[in-house]
Order: sequence, then C-alpha cells, then structure tokens
Amino acid sequence: MYWRSLGELADTPQFREYLHREFPEQASEWNDPKGRRQFLKLMSASLALAGVGACTKQPPEQIVPYVKQPEDLVPGRPLFFASAIPFSGVAQPVLVESHMGRPTKIEGNPEHPASLGATDAITQAAILDLYDPDRAKTVTHGGEVAPWGGFLAQMQSLVSRYKAQQGNGVRFLTGPITSPALAELMATILAENPRARWHQYDPVASPGAGVVGQHATPNPVYHFDKAAIVLSLDADFLCGPGTVRYQKDFASARRVTDERKDMNRLYMVESTPSLTGSKADHRLSMRAADVEAFAREIAGHVGAGPGGAAAQPTTSAPRTGNPDFSTWIGAVAKDLQAHRGRSLVVAGHYQPAAVHALAQAMNQALGNVGTTVAYGASIDASSGRAGTLNDLASAMDAGQVELLVISGVNPVYSAPVDLKFAERLAKVATVVYHGMYVDETAYLSHWNIADTHPLETWGDARAHDGTVSIVQPLIAPLYEGRSVYELLGAFTSHPDRRGHDIVKDYWTRAFAGGGGWTLRTASGQPFKDADTFWRRALHDGFMAGTSLADGGPATPFAPAPKGPAAAVAGPAAATGVAGAATMASAGPAVQPAPENTLAVPNAPAGTSTPAPQAGASTAPAPAAQATSPGAGGGLEIIFRPDPTVWDGRFANNGWLQELPKPLTKVTWDPTAWISPQLAKERGLSDGDLVDLKYRGHTMQLPVFRVPGHPVQSVTVFLGYGRRMSGRVGTAAKDAEAFNAYLLRTSDAPWFGDGLEISKSGGRYLLATTQEHHMMEGRRPVRVATLEEYKADSRIIDEQGERPPKTLTLYPEHPYDGNKWGMAIDLTTCTGCSACTIACVAENNIPVVGKDQVAAGREMHWIRVDHYFAGNDFDTAVEAYHQPVPCMQCENAPCELVCPVAATAHSSEGLNDMVYNRCVGTRYCSNNCPYKVRRFNFLLYQDWTTTSLEPMRNPDVTVRSRGVMEKCTYCVQRINQGRIDAKRDDRAIRDGEVVTACQAVCPSDAIVFGNLNDPESQVAKIKKQERNYGLLEELNTRPRTTYLAALRNPNPELEPAAGHSTTEH
Amino acid sequence: MDPKPAYAPVPIIAPGHTFGSVTEQVAAIVLTRRHPYSWFFGLAVGFMLAMVLLMSITWLLLKGTGIWGVNIPVGWGFAIINFVWWIGIGHAGTLISAILLLFKQDWRTSINRFAEAMTLFAVACAGIFPLIHTGRPWLAAYWLFPYPNTMNIWPQFRSPLIWDVFAVSTYLTVSLMFWYVGLVPDLATLRDRAKTLRVKRLYGMLALGWRGSARHWERYESAYLLLAGLSTPLVLSVHTVVSFDFSVGIIPGWHATIFPPYFVAGAVYAGFAMVLTLAIPLRVLYGLEDFLTLRHLENMAKVMLVTGLIVFYGYVMEAFYGWYSANQYESFMILNRMTGPYAPFYWTLILCNGLTPQLLWIKRIRTTPATLFLIAMVVNVGMWLERFVIVVTSLHRDFLPSSWGMYWPTRWDIMTFVGTIGLFITLFFLFIRVLPMISIFEMRTLVPEAKVRGGKAH
Repeated sequence: MYWRSLGELADTPQFREYLHREFPEQASEWNDPKGRRQFLKLMSASLALAGVGACTKQPPEQIVPYVKQPEDLVPGRPLFFASAIPFSGVAQPVLVESHMGRPTKIEGNPEHPASLGATDAITQAAILDLYDPDRAKTVTHGGEVAPWGGFLAQMQSLVSRYKAQQGNGVRFLTGPITSPALAELMATILAENPRARWHQYDPVASPGAGVVGQHATPNPVYHFDKAAIVLSLDADFLCGPGTVRYQKDFASARRVTDERKDMNRLYMVESTPSLTGSKADHRLSMRAADVEAFAREIAGHVGAGPGGAAAQPTTSAPRTGNPDFSTWIGAVAKDLQAHRGRSLVVAGHYQPAAVHALAQAMNQALGNVGTTVAYGASIDASSGRAGTLNDLASAMDAGQVELLVISGVNPVYSAPVDLKFAERLAKVATVVYHGMYVDETAYLSHWNIADTHPLETWGDARAHDGTVSIVQPLIAPLYEGRSVYELLGAFTSHPDRRGHDIVKDYWTRAFAGGGGWTLRTASGQPFKDADTFWRRALHDGFMAGTSLADGGPATPFAPAPKGPAAAVAGPAAATGVAGAATMASAGPAVQPAPENTLAVPNAPAGTSTPAPQAGASTAPAPAAQATSPGAGGGLEIIFRPDPTVWDGRFANNGWLQELPKPLTKVTWDPTAWISPQLAKERGLSDGDLVDLKYRGHTMQLPVFRVPGHPVQSVTVFLGYGRRMSGRVGTAAKDAEAFNAYLLRTSDAPWFGDGLEISKSGGRYLLATTQEHHMMEGRRPVRVATLEEYKADSRIIDEQGERPPKTLTLYPEHPYDGNKWGMAIDLTTCTGCSACTIACVAENNIPVVGKDQVAAGREMHWIRVDHYFAGNDFDTAVEAYHQPVPCMQCENAPCELVCPVAATAHSSEGLNDMVYNRCVGTRYCSNNCPYKVRRFNFLLYQDWTTTSLEPMRNPDVTVRSRGVMEKCTYCVQRINQGRIDAKRDDRAIRDGEVVTACQAVCPSDAIVFGNLNDPESQVAKIKKQERNYGLLEELNTRPRTTYLAALRNPNPELEPAAGHSTTEH
Repeated sequence: MDPKPAYAPVPIIAPGHTFGSVTEQVAAIVLTRRHPYSWFFGLAVGFMLAMVLLMSITWLLLKGTGIWGVNIPVGWGFAIINFVWWIGIGHAGTLISAILLLFKQDWRTSINRFAEAMTLFAVACAGIFPLIHTGRPWLAAYWLFPYPNTMNIWPQFRSPLIWDVFAVSTYLTVSLMFWYVGLVPDLATLRDRAKTLRVKRLYGMLALGWRGSARHWERYESAYLLLAGLSTPLVLSVHTVVSFDFSVGIIPGWHATIFPPYFVAGAVYAGFAMVLTLAIPLRVLYGLEDFLTLRHLENMAKVMLVTGLIVFYGYVMEAFYGWYSANQYESFMILNRMTGPYAPFYWTLILCNGLTPQLLWIKRIRTTPATLFLIAMVVNVGMWLERFVIVVTSLHRDFLPSSWGMYWPTRWDIMTFVGTIGLFITLFFLFIRVLPMISIFEMRTLVPEAKVRGGKAH
C-alpha cells in the first residue's frame, strides 16, 4: 500500500505501536465483564438524551447580500455576496453567486481594488474544492472520529500544563498570515506562552505576502498602468496569486484603441519561460543564476549601481552566447532612462534579495518610486516574527517540540528534503494537524482537525495592496470543519469562540481605535457606528482605505486586550509598538516590519545578502544560494510552482488538473522543461523519462521541450507526486517519483547548480490538449508591430482574405433584435486560462480525466491556443495566446450537416445546441473548422457523487453521454438579461449581459455585446482595423473576432536582432 | 478446368450439361449433398466473430462511443470507414443483377445470385454502423425519420446524413425485393425436389405458390425487368449520396467535386473484388467449375481493372488539385497524406488500389484463379484503406494547427469491424446452405437444350 511507506519512513515506536494496537491509545477500551447491564444502561441513557442535541440553537450570524438586495429571496434568481478567498494568506477578493443558499460560481469583486471584477484561474476553481468529496470531514484522533469538545478539552489541559513552563515546547506552524484577527490570536497565544514559538512556512510564498519584505527590501506594490517601459528581472508578474490587478493594469497600458495608438513595452529577462515572457516585446533568456549579474550590469547603466565598469565580469551564458548582449543592455537602459518616472523594474519573486535590492535601487534612480511602484510595509504578520521551517525542524530533532500545531501547510509533503521533516515529526509527542484534506501530514499527526473552506468560514485577510477584505461564509460548513480562527482560539483562554465572534470582535475593537486602523467610508467619512461599519464591510467585502498606499498599517501583531472577549473597545495602547516590544522578548527573531527602508541602493557586488534577517521566514533566504556548492559541470535546476496545482495544495482539484498548463498544454502531470537544444544534445524527446540527480537526491520526470528555455537549465515544477491527497490528486504508481520536493533543499529553494539528468529509458504518456505550437504558415494569429500598424492600419486585413458575402447559396439571416458578438484582444490576452475555468464553473463542464484528454476528448468550451511565431520550433521566441470559444458563425458549417437539426441558428445569431435533440453523429464537429465542439464520448458528468450536485449551475443543462456541446455565449446569462429587460420594458443594456469568460478576464481582453447597437462596446471595438475573423476565408463569417496581436519592439533592437534576442 | 485454346471464347457453362444436370448439381448442394467440413469450420469461425460483434455492440450501448478511438478532431473513425467499405462492397450485386441484365450480359447468370446475396449481407453489415455510431441508436431511429409531429420538427434536409438514411434504406429494400423475386422459381424447384415434408412446406411457403405456368413466367419476367430498371439508378445514387457525406463538408480532403464518380467507381471496384474473393473458393469447394468458369473470372477481373483505373485517376486528381488549387489547406492536406503520420497508410493504399491491379493487364494473371484471388484480397484491403485515408487523414489535421490530433483505433473498434466480417461470413454460409447459390432456372437457359427451342444464344 502506497501510504504505508510513509509510515515506515518515520519508523518510530509510536508509529509501530499505532500500527499494532487494535485501538488507538486514546480510545477507552471497554473491558467490562458485565457487558449486558452496562449496555442497557448506556442504551437507556442514549435514548433519554437523544432529543437533547436538537435543543442547541445556532447563534445568528448575519451575512449581507451584495449589490442586489432583493426584498425577498426569489427562487431561481441568484444572490451575490462579497467575500475573499485567501491564497497563501493574500485575499483574492470575490463575489460569490449563491443559488438558494448554494454557492455555485465565483466572480471577481468589481469594487475591490485588488480585483476590479476579475479573478485568476485558481480562485475560480475554489468552488470545486468546497464540494470536493475527498475533503477531511471531521475531527479525528489517532484515526478515530473524536468530538470537537474532546479536542478542546485535551488542548486546554495541555495548554495549562505547558503554561507552567511558559509554553516551552509548544510550536505553531502556519502559512503566511495577513489576517489581522488571526495575527492578534497568534500574538495572544504567544503573549500568554512566552516561550512558545510560531513558525511560518509556505513552499511558494506569494509575492504579495511580504516575502520580499524579508529580504530587507520593502514590499513593493506596482502600478503597471502608469509604466510605459517595464523591465522584468525574471518576474512572472502576470501569473500567480495577487496578480489580478497587475494583469488589469498591464493590459490597460498595453491596450491599443483607435483613439490611443500607443502601448507599453516589456523587456523580459527570464530563466523559465513564462506567460509574462510570452507577452514581452523583447525577451532575453538566461540561467536563473545569471539574472543577478545582469541586473547589476543594467543597474550600472541606469546609474543605480556601482557603475558598468565596476560590474563583476561574469561567466554568465548571455555574455558568451549572445554577441549583441551589450547592445541589448544599452538599448534597455536608454529606454528606461528616457522614461524616467514612467518606467518600472520588477524583480522576480524567485530571485535572491540582491536582485530585489537592485530593482529597488533602479526604480529609485529612475524616479519611479511613488509613481509606478510604491514600497511599503509587509502585510504578512509573520514577516520578521515567525521562525522558519528550518528552525522548527532542528528543534524537533533536538526534542524541544512537544506540542506542534500545523495549520494550512502540508510540510511532510512540501518541506525541503534535507529537513527530513517526516522523520523528525515522529519525535513530537502531540501533533495537531489542521487541513482541508487527510494528506501526508495528517497521516503522521495525532489530531486531525478538518479545515473549513473559505466559503464556509468567517475571516479576514489583506489583499496584495493591503486592503483588508472580509471572508464571509456562503454556506454553513458542509462537514464538521473548524476554521483556523477556531483552531487557534482553542489555545487561548477562550477556547470555544466561533470564528464569526473572533473576527467581528477584532474589527469592532479596531473600529474603536485598536490596532492603528483608520476605518472610514469610501468617501472618507467616519461611520455612524460599529454596526454600520461592519455591515458596510460585509456588503463591500473590504474596508475602504486600508491599503498600504492609503495609509493602512502593517498588519498589527499584538495580543488581544485582557478581559472578556466582548465587543468592547480594547485599550488601544496594547497595540503596535507595545505589542512588538512584548514579542521582542518572546519571538525568535523579532524585528518590526521594515517601513520604507530604502537602505540599500547600492547592492554590494558579489554574493552577500543585504542584511538578511536571521529569522527570515518562509522559504529560506534565496540569497544563500549564490554560495551554494556549484558542483561544477552540471546543469542548473530551477524550481517553480506548478501553474495549476501550485505547490500541490490544489492537487485534488480536477478542474485545475485538467487545465492545460501554459506554453506546453500538458494536463494532469508535471514535466521537466528543457530547451530543444539540450533535448537534441541528450537525445531526449517529449515524454521521455529522465532521472534527475541533485545534491544526492533523485527524482524522475518526463521531459518537455520548451523553446526559449535556458540551455543549461532544467525547470522542475512543485506540486506533484502526492502520496496522500484524494482520488484525483494522489499520484498513480508510475508518477510517484514526480515530486520535485524530493530534490529541493532549504538553502537553495529556487535554483541551484549541479543537476545531472540521465535518460531512464522509459516513456511516460503526457496528455496534451495541443500538440502543434507552430502556425504552419497559416495565420490564426495576425501580428504586427505598433509601428507598422500605425503606419498602415490595413496591415492586419492584408494578412487574410475576406470573401464577398454573396458567396453562399443560403439567404442572409435577418437579426432584427439583438445580434450577439464577441471580440477578443490578442494584444492584451496573457494566456492565463482563467476564462477556461470560469467557463467550466459556469457551464457545468465535466472533468474527463487524463486518459480522455490523451485521447483528445477534453471538454473545455473555451480553450487557449498557443502558437510560436516562425517556422522553427527549436528557436521560437515570440509566443501568442488565442482564446477560442465558439465563433457563432453566421454561415455556420455545423448547422447544415446536423441531420436532426440539433444545432440551429437563433434569431440573435447564436448557434444553439439542442441537447435533447442531439443524437450524436459528431458530423457538426467534423465540419467545424475551429474544432470548438465537444462531445460526451462517455458519461463524463458525475451523476453519483452527491457532494458535487449542489455545485452545479441550475441555469445550465447537465449533459449526459452521447451529446455534443459547445460554447453558448452563456445563453443562460443572455436569457436572464432578457427577462430583466422585458420586466422593465426596455432593451437589454450594453454590459448587462456578461459572459463568464469576459467577467473573469483580468486583462479585459474579452468583450461581448450586441452588434446591432452601434454604441455598444463590442461594436466599437470591432470597428478597429485590427479586427479580423479566424479563418475568414472560409466565409463562415464568425461572430467572435479577434483584435490582432500588436507588439511594441524597441526600434533600436528590432532591426538588428530580428524580433527578439535569445540566448543561443 | 483444362485451359481452352487461345482465341476461342471460354464458354460460360461447361459443355455436357443438361437441364437435369444443372438442377441436380445446384439443388443438391442445398438438399442432399453432405456439406464439406470447411463449411462447418467457416460457419463456426463466422459465428464466433458474430458473437464478438454482439459483445462489442452491447458494450458500446452500455458505455458510449468513448470505447472507440474517435475524438475531437477525428469525430468519425472505424464506424464510418467500415460503413462506406461495406456499402461499397454491396454495389457489385446490384450492378451484376440489374445493369448487366439490362445489357444482356449472359455471363452474369452464374454469379448474380450469390452476388446479390453478398450485397444484402454487406448492406446489412453496413447498416449496423450508422445505427450504432452515435452510441445511442434508439434516438437515431427516433429523430432521423421524418414524420409529422405536434412539435413541427423535421429533420435537417440539408444534411447529407439524412439523404444517407433514404439512400441506404431504399437500396436495401430494392435489393432485397430483387433478390427475392429472382429466387422464387428456384424456391419452387427446391420445394419440388425436397425429400421431407417439413422442408417441402418451408420452401413451399417461400415459393409463393409458383407453379411455373406461362402466366407466372410472363409476370416474373416483367417484374424482374422493372426491378432491374429501378435498381440501376440506385447503383449510382447510393454511393453518390455516401460520397456527399464527405464532399458537402468543408474539410480539405473531403470538399471535392470528384467524389461522387470516384466513390461509385470505387464501390464497383470493391464489390467485384469481394465477389471474386467469394467465388474463387466456392467454385472449388462445391465443384462448380462448370458454372463459374474462367470466363466469369476474367470478365470480373476486367471490370476491376477498369474501375480500378478510375479510382486511381481519382487519387491522381486529388493530388493534382492539391497543387493546382493553390489553396494552402488543400495542398497541405495532400502533402500530409503523403508525408504525414499516416503516410504508410496512404502509400499502402496506392500500392493496393493503384499499382497491384495493373497486373490484371496480363491475361495469364486474369485467368489464374489463385493470382486473381490474391489481387482481389489486396483490393479489399486497399478499398478499406482508402476510406481510412479519406476519413482520418482529412480530419486529423484540418485548419487550425492547435486542434490537430491523432486517431488510433481501440480494441473495440477492431472487434466491431472483425465482428461484422463474422456476421457477413455467417450469413453467407447460411445462405449457401439453405438457398441455391446459383440461379438454377437461369442457368438452365444457358444449356444447349434451351437453345434448341429457340432460346436466346449467348
């Protein structure tokens, strides 16, 4: 059995005893010889008490509907509630659609500054996590179901025991915490137990969570909308948690309209090719370790470093492999300097602190601070306060840990391999694990507390810019889960407080002046009373004016005031500095969060880190890796979170597993990315299994060739090879070795030298949704540079052929009323695939599984095609993304070949699918030149798992097998709009009907509306001369059209280097 | 058979036969002669494979078409390939019975009965596929036929699949009638010669009271001729309509005006290949060399050669238009066929259908049953490959490179295909067991006795 080996790994006496004992140690064994009497006694008592359980009354917890406040709940009409989904602690602001009390769909919160109505793909998929049938469901102790009360009782007895020794031996391990209420809880616990320790670990701490802050550079918040020139130093700023707003801003600076024929320019210096890199106008590929040297050189050029002359000569690949490297640097530096105050240098999250310091220094020198970037305090309360996982591991090894409470991280799976976490965990007397799944850590823990999903939880969290967002539950916990608030509450003197009370209590006190918060309405007026404030915060989902830019404080870390936890304004004094001072004596490496310290304009050349904090939390300081043993001769290994399952936490989410990973379109599996050159050198092809040896550790992965990857590097992705996840996430036997954590060491979490790869001989089936990434001389994506387009805007039209409308035998459709159409801007689309998941959630699209994807039967109604420009895959650089939903052709080839008229043209121009009528000949799909139709070859929809039933959108038919389906332009939303319009006796307003893909798009690349209305946004956009139809030459007259992809290369670089420069 | 001297036409019936001997020899196969062991063996194999078909269809109905290799972009796979292949095979029967009858080709007499039977069984096998290829045949039957209903919903008459429904069902009906009408006099003969009462009654019922009176013969002749006239356009129409399934589509490789004649020629080609495949072993096993002479074999070989050349012309034209159209999708399509991942299929097809039949120019090969059998088998394979190439290689790489994919059959695809071959064998072996495989009364018109009375000479 697969999980048995984990236990054997941690072969401890307790474990062995656990295995061999019939009953776990806490279970009382009933050895009463007088069994019958005892039995009857118990039975009668049980009967007598059976009814009592129903007497407890649920305390009222008010949640407030957002935007539309109906007088009454109208069945069939959803309500929307503002909430937030924390991701690595960072709030992802959302509006949740609730059908009769069932959350069914997540949208972005249009009023929240971190969302502006959009979300990313991972947040979209959170709804599936809520209904995941594999979730941990209850409290267990030693594998036996235990009551929450039992847990509280035992924890209280432990707490009082440890209190005697000031909490010595008690440790907490959490992810990043931005929640002020949670921070206060933690501070309270640590204040009551001064020798207890808090450790923070997140295998992939998110950029917004203040990780950067640990490296002594303050937490930057970028304003891409104000930046005309962006230089990214290995920063994939368009991808990952907390980047929705960045994507919005970046797109707004990139969008070309008839009025504004101008766009930003992005220079990308990167190691692993990323989506951000695919949007770059100039892309330079180099080893991750070389980025620092590059940054230093360019810093010298822009006057923010020791100067070009002083730059350390490096042996970096860009130097040797690229003759026009210096031209490149010169041109970029010139461009940056020409746009002082309107340029921006962004340092990559996975780059060492020195690069961040250099980026900051460059921004400072270029006058960008305050315009395109603001450096503020960290929003992560753990920043500078909590210990690292390394500290915890050594403490465990030394036997100093007696009670360990783990919440929200899964260290047995995700800890760096050198910490031997599982082995050391066995030395801890009591391990309490709090998580959504019974996972690897849960298996080795004594107490397992089921976590609640954010949609079942009261809470608070801060968005990337610091805005406090409220997490309000949409539904009572589906199982007997407890939120992290309630878990930590168990270790305070008020053990059984409910999450709602903890959060509301904190903010009521904050309203009264606690914690340094200034709580005002959006217009800056003070609230009438605490209740008004609270209702407004719930309604909006956030508290206006709490962002760092608006003067919001760093997340306070101070114990709650003594006394009853009533909603009385606590003494405001016990906050801020006082709190920090208290902690100074207690915490391991306490230091107030750095506030605007711009202390390091000149990053010291070489390898030392600028003032690294000893107690820096999260993944250990990447700076250390510059000194890492270079092993010599080997390749560079780069670690990246998986684009869909992230660090492994979403492994059991079928939507994310089946979401094609950017650039490769591989689903369900991780791959090791290598350059085509390295593949040729080593005789590797896509899907070949390789053994990766790094610092004495090994793992196995199938390789995948990715053009533009640095030749001497290999990228591996975290998040796979899960041993205990769920029926979706648990790795198959042959994929168990695909676990990148098996190679990751704590001193070099993001990259390091000395990797050896060797072909292991086998091949592994990879399920890709797109096998050909070249355009094969066709023009599905039409491209021009901004200059060309400005000079002659017909350049786009000339790339295709538009046959006359008369070339058809059939009469034209009249379209008297509405005429729906869509335009997709390929200039701003980043290929993030949020649209795909939004569509899956909205339209009840099933997960088909890896074997079916491999067979070519994925069901996504909107796919994101990915092409490289040029004809040579190996040296391709320019990449384009093209979301392809149904084109809703006016001369639809699908319609006339269906023998039963199951796909028919509606009066508004939709190609409607009539599911009941469809017999499944698949002729329509064969005849669709866009291949956007999807067929239920098998019974893909899960009809038996009851927990998934409430998830489905009641407005969309759940399809059975043998039925063809495809994008409907969200016809259910159109109909909703029609009903509303009819009720008010008016036409459907522009913007009233928003398709799911359009709503979610962080780049606003998708616009939908009525083409008959010349004033509609979509009609205006389609008037642009870069509007073209895909395969227009077939005279299908597609309703979905594209705005050609424009690039804005630097004229200084473009003629010399073709389109872009590469390493080779 | 001892070879005849050159230049003298090989007779279509061996010398020395009388009315009695013809009747005796053909009817005995059904009524009295012991069947060779090979018959039992063949039936057993066929029956087993037919059970495989039953199993595959059952599994298909339980699980859906996902058990096959079809996907997006290749929405049609073995089911449609096999359908077109079987329908094509079914062409020879009607062609032989109807068109050759109208052209007064006497030699057709000895092969028309089993060629017609073959047609029926091939069409039966073909008919299975459109029914099951949706995975939900009960719905297809419900929606595909036009009938007035309260919802006023009709089928989509613009869709070639609807035309298919009519074309194939009409063809099946007319072929069945034609075959049965032609059987009636022979059924009466069998009735008269049967030894046991039960058999007598069985054939008696089927013979519809045929007594062989002059009035019967007169009516028979006119009915048969009318049916022949009715079937003749069907020979052309069925495969033309089947070819529309493809040529109406906009997919490069499908969207071609050459398809109807090219498909009809291909169908005749395949049909004659199958007739030869069946006739050559049969004449040996049942000692029918007297009736199925080398003349028959040679004539059929000639028809194959002609239709094979037409088909090959089609291939050449497809390639030519790929270049001549200057359309990048068309030229890519033909290039992809020749050099893409399915290139081995394409070149095997050219070898089987284009090059191998050229051997039929040589008379010695045409008149040697063994080589003829081999060539016929090669053509059977080739014609199947042709449909594979048309269906799969056109679909798998169409317009957008992003949606290109591959198609490989699963075991269920193969089992279903082999299963229909089993069904075909089963039906055919049952047919030769219970019905005269050669038309007795028509053969009798060929013996010298018939000529004495002023019957038509050949």
